[in-house]
Amino acid sequence: MKAVISVTGRDSMGIIAGVSNACAECGVNIIDISQTVLKEYFAMIMIVDIDRITVPFVDFVDRMTALGKERGLEIHTMHEDIFNSMHNI
Amino acid sequence: MLDRNSILETINMIRDENLDIRTVTMGISLFDCVSDDGDRLCDKIYDKIMRRAEKLVPTACEIEKEYGIPIINKRLSVTPVSMIGGGLSEDGYLKIAKTLDRAAGELGVNFVGGFSAMVQKGMTEGARRMMRVIPEALSVTERVCSSVNVASTKAGINMDAVAMTGKIIKETARRTADRGSIGCAKFVVFANAPEDNPFMAGAFHGIGEPETVINVGVSGPGVVASAIRRAGDCSFSALADLIKKTAFKITRMGQLVACEASRRLGVPFGIVDLSLAPTPAVGDSVAHILEEMGLESVGAPGTTAALAMLNDAVKKGGTMASSFVGGLSGAFIPVSEDAGMIEAVAKGALSIEKLEAMTAVCSVGLDMIAIPGDTEEATVCGIIADEIAIGVINTKTTAVRVIPVCEKKVGDTVSFGGLLGYAPVIPVSRYSSEKFIARGGRIPAPIHSLKN
Repeated sequence: MKAVISVTGRDSMGIIAGVSNACAECGVNIIDISQTVLKEYFAMIMIVDIDRITVPFVDFVDRMTALGKERGLEIHTMHEDIFNSMHNI
Repeated sequence: MLDRNSILETINMIRDENLDIRTVTMGISLFDCVSDDGDRLCDKIYDKIMRRAEKLVPTACEIEKEYGIPIINKRLSVTPVSMIGGGLSEDGYLKIAKTLDRAAGELGVNFVGGFSAMVQKGMTEGARRMMRVIPEALSVTERVCSSVNVASTKAGINMDAVAMTGKIIKETARRTADRGSIGCAKFVVFANAPEDNPFMAGAFHGIGEPETVINVGVSGPGVVASAIRRAGDCSFSALADLIKKTAFKITRMGQLVACEASRRLGVPFGIVDLSLAPTPAVGDSVAHILEEMGLESVGAPGTTAALAMLNDAVKKGGTMASSFVGGLSGAFIPVSEDAGMIEAVAKGALSIEKLEAMTAVCSVGLDMIAIPGDTEEATVCGIIADEIAIGVINTKTTAVRVIPVCEKKVGDTVSFGGLLGYAPVIPVSRYSSEKFIARGGRIPAPIHSLKN
């Protein structure tokens, strides 16, 4: 199973490192990253594998949200099923 | 593999276009609670609701978090109380309302629907006693919603019941006068009431339903309005296609949430209700969809046609997205809960008569409309009778939820708070319906051939 982590906010050093570390600590493996910086605005979509996640998924969601708050970013973590059901017949 | 544009589209719908699941409603049958002792009945009702719905709110919150999709309301609907109360006294029925309110409060759901009666053809003594206590029940409880089905295409219109509901509305307004007559916002008069509707105030758990069931209502007027805006000047055929595609996506999300909730709670999945349900928030308005189609203001000539097209396209797109569709499924046009409708009434572009015409082509009916506090009871009954007749003749659900706000007159504004919003008081006809309503009896069921 996969999940999508979206990160938006003002650009600063070490955003990807911070998010990646939090993923690694929870046994979440990064599959794909697409990231841009427009002027000072940072936007990233990360697709991750949650098959070997070591904490309950909802706790991981909370942890990522908290990380976002700490760094002044908006971090949203969503299970892939919502995208699959909405865009695939 | 997940496509980047699809991901961004979904995230954008949720964050910027107010896409959400409006309600996850658990229906619970109360038939096995029946008892000839009022207190025993209430105890059984309380125990059953607490047991069956124990995990409803935590489960919905969990789904909300995992999928990142807001679930605004968690609600309950129960078997129409008039059917399980039987020979109880008026006090007995009032106790049931208080019991429902207590259970809902403890479970953390915001409304429980089903303080209801089905009297389309006639009224049992029990239904009559229950209906008599509706005003008091709505004034002393916070979360209990009530409805009365006064007509159906098969049975015709029970005009005695129409007269009684007018009285209930006026009395409820008086009893909750200190709170903007808010009690009336929790009371709906129906024709052809659906038995699996998840939306309040008209939800109840119909007699053909299973022991427990999960029904989900989606929302998303903001998503449809944005899609139309982006499409620019296109023809109606292109517009209808666009709305269908958008409704499909919105409904798929409802289907996912309904299936997950059903699986996790171990309760059968009933239906997804496709309704476009607005809120007073900016960017979440059905009126603004109609205006995006090219109307200067909702209420302008063309409004009924625009709404008819919208409603039909939403149903066509949504039906394919869900395995079971039901409830009210259409576009809601409540005045106080829709920023565009509020604006249109305030500037005089939208009248109650135009709203009535609009209800002939979309779901529900005259909804959340504040009328002057001194509106005669017979006039309220006349408004109900007109709206109900539209439903009966056209074989569709219609409903009336009007609020004669005590001590308010045309031009005043009344606020109900939260999702119930606020509304300018709309003028109603000053000509009397008194003799018409006083006739009583039943309007016969309509003929189904010779259609014109």
